Amino acid sequence: MIPSIKHIGLTFTFLCSSLLAEAKVWTVSQQAGKGTSIQQAIDKAEAGDTITIKEGVYRESTIQVNKKLLIRGEKGAVLDGQGQHEIITITADGVVVQGLTLQNTGMSYMEDRAAINISKSRLCTIKDNVIKNTFFGIYLEESHNNRILNNKIYGEAEMEANSGNAIHLWYSDTATIVGNQAFNHRDGIYLEFVNNSRIENNISRGNVRYGLHFMFSDHNQYIRNTFEENGAGVAVMFSREIIMEHNKFLHNWGTASYGLLLKEIYDSKIENNTFDQNTVGIYAESITRCHVFSNTFSRNGWALRMSGSSMDNVFKKNNFMSNTFDISTNARENHNVYSQNYWSEYSGYDLDRDGKGDVPYRPVKLFSYVVSEVDASALLLRSFFIDVLNYAEKIVPSLTPATLLDDQPLMKPVL
Amino acid sequence: MIKIFKYSFYDLLKSRWSVISLLFYLAATFGLLYLNMDLSKSIISLMNIVLFLAPLTAIMFGVIYFYNSRDFMELLLAQPLKRSSVLWGLYLGLATSLSLSFLIGMGVPFLSYGILVSGEIWNFMLLIFIGVLLTFIFSAIAFLIALRNENKTKGFGLSLLLWLFTALMYDGIFLLILIVFQDYPLEKLSLALTLLNPIDLLRISMMLKLDVSALFGFSGAVFNKFLGQSTGILLSIGCALLWVVAPLGFLFRSLAKKDF
Repeated sequence: MIPSIKHIGLTFTFLCSSLLAEAKVWTVSQQAGKGTSIQQAIDKAEAGDTITIKEGVYRESTIQVNKKLLIRGEKGAVLDGQGQHEIITITADGVVVQGLTLQNTGMSYMEDRAAINISKSRLCTIKDNVIKNTFFGIYLEESHNNRILNNKIYGEAEMEANSGNAIHLWYSDTATIVGNQAFNHRDGIYLEFVNNSRIENNISRGNVRYGLHFMFSDHNQYIRNTFEENGAGVAVMFSREIIMEHNKFLHNWGTASYGLLLKEIYDSKIENNTFDQNTVGIYAESITRCHVFSNTFSRNGWALRMSGSSMDNVFKKNNFMSNTFDISTNARENHNVYSQNYWSEYSGYDLDRDGKGDVPYRPVKLFSYVVSEVDASALLLRSFFIDVLNYAEKIVPSLTPATLLDDQPLMKPVL
Repeated sequence: MIKIFKYSFYDLLKSRWSVISLLFYLAATFGLLYLNMDLSKSIISLMNIVLFLAPLTAIMFGVIYFYNSRDFMELLLAQPLKRSSVLWGLYLGLATSLSLSFLIGMGVPFLSYGILVSGEIWNFMLLIFIGVLLTFIFSAIAFLIALRNENKTKGFGLSLLLWLFTALMYDGIFLLILIVFQDYPLEKLSLALTLLNPIDLLRISMMLKLDVSALFGFSGAVFNKFLGQSTGILLSIGCALLWVVAPLGFLFRSLAKKDF
C-alpha cells in the first residue's frame, strides 16, 4: 500500500511484473467503498501495463483508453454507465478488454452510445465480456484488424427505431468475430464496409431486425453461426465473394421474415447451411454466379424465393424437405441451374437405380407463381382448388418457367 | 321430438354409411399419424381431408337419408305431431350421428397418440369443431334441397353441384377476382368473400390458428388483425353459425308451406 494514494479513498496495488521488465499491473478495487478509479489507473499506467479490476460496481464517466493496455476484470467486476453515457472508448492500438461486465449505457438519439467503442484503432481484442442493457454493444469505426471473441451481449430492444446493434462494425476490415452471443438488439451483428473478415461460431437470437446484417462488405467468411428467431432473419446486401458455410437459420418466422435475404450478391458460396422453419429460406434478389450447395431447407414457407433478375447461380445437392413451396419465382424464364437436389415432394421413379430420378422435377408450382404475382392469393393456400390447379400445371406447364427443372432429382436426401 | 331424434339417431348409427365413414376417418387418421408421427403436421393434413370430406358426406348422406325416410316422415306426420318437431328430430339425428362417427374416427387415433398431453390440443379441438360445424351446415343444406325437390335425381344433382361449388369452384372464382383486380386493395373484399363461404371461412380460421398466417403476407396481417379483434371473432363465429341457421330457417319455412 502506498499511503499517498490511499488517502484519496482509492486502493491501488502497485506490483512489478516478473514477466515483463517494464510492464506493471495496476489493481483497482472498491474496498474503501467510495467512488471508482479506473480512469485514474489508466492515466497513471504506461503503455503495455495491465489493469486488473476487482469485484464491484463501478460508476464512472466514460473511460478513455488512449494507450496500449490490458484491462482485465475479475469475477464480479461491473462497469455501469448509469443510463447516461458510453462506458469504454478505445482510441489506442493493441488494447485488450477482458472479463468485464458492462451495463446500462442508456439510449440516445444523438450519438451511437456503446458499451465498448473502438475508434480508429488496430489490433485490439475484446474478449469474454458480458454486456447487458446497452444501446450498442461493441462498436467499431474505422478500426482494422481487431478481434471480438466470446462476448455475451444481451439487449432489451423492443422497437427498431430506438435500439442499437449488439456488434456494430463500420469501415473496419479484417475483423475476427468469434464465439459471441448477441441477443435482443436491433441487429445482432452489423457490418458495413467491412472486408476480409471472419465471423464464426456466433449465436444471434431474438433481435428485432436482423440477426446478421451486412452491406458493401466483400471477401468475408460466415461459418457455423446460428441465427434464430430474429425479426427479419439475416440480410446480406451489395457484396461479393462471400463464403457462408455451416450456418443455421432457424425459425425466423413472421409476415416479413426470411432466413437469409440476398440482394446484389456476386460470386459467393452458400454451402452446408440449415434453413429450418423460416417464412422464406433464402430470398434472393439480383444474385449472380453464386454456388448454393449441400444446404438443407426444411419446413419453410418458401424454401427459395428467386427474383427474375438472378442469373447464373447453381443450386446443387440441396435437400428440400416439407416446405410449403420449394421455389417461387416471378420470372417466366430461368437463368439458373438446379441439379441433383433432393425434393421430398418428388414422386418420380428410378429405373436404372443410379440414385437419380428418371423424370425431371419441377419445383415451381403454379400456385407459388400466382402468389408471387398476387400476394393476396396466398389466402387460398391448402384449398382443394389449388391442388387441382397445381396438378394440372404439373402435367402441362404453361405459366411456370418450363426450363426451371431439376433434371437429375435425387431419390434420397443428401446427408 | 326427443323420441324421433333418438329413433333416427340409433337407426343411423346402425346404418352402413355411419360405419363406413367411421372406418374411413379411423383409417385416414391412424394412417396419417403413423406416417407423420408429428401431431401438428397430421392436423394440417387432416384439415384438408375434413374440409373436403365432411361437407361431402353430410350433404350426400343427408339427401339420401331424407329421401329414404320420406315414407316414415309421412307416417309420422299423420299422427298428431308438429311438423317442425318431426323434422328437428330427423335433422338432429342425422347431424349428431355423423358428427359422432367423425368424432370417434378422429378422436380415438389422436387420443392414442397422446394429444391430451401435447401442445396441439387446442388446434385439434378447433379441427373437431370445424368438422362438426361443417356437418351441421351441410346436413341442413341437404335437407333443404331434398325437401324442395321431389325429384330425386334433381336433388342429388343439386347437392353435388352445391358441394362442388363451395369446395372447388368458389375458390376458383375467388382467385380469378384476386388476379383480375390485383391493382386494387383487396383485403376487405377477400375478407367478405371468405365470410361468404363456410369452407373458406373455417379453413382460414384454422390456418391462422396454425400460424401458417405468416405465409399470407399483407392480407394475412389484415386477417389476423381482423380476426384477432373481438368484433372480428364475433363476426366470424356469427357467420359460421349463420351458415347453420340460415338453411334451417329456409328449411322450416318451406316445411310449413309444403303440401305433403
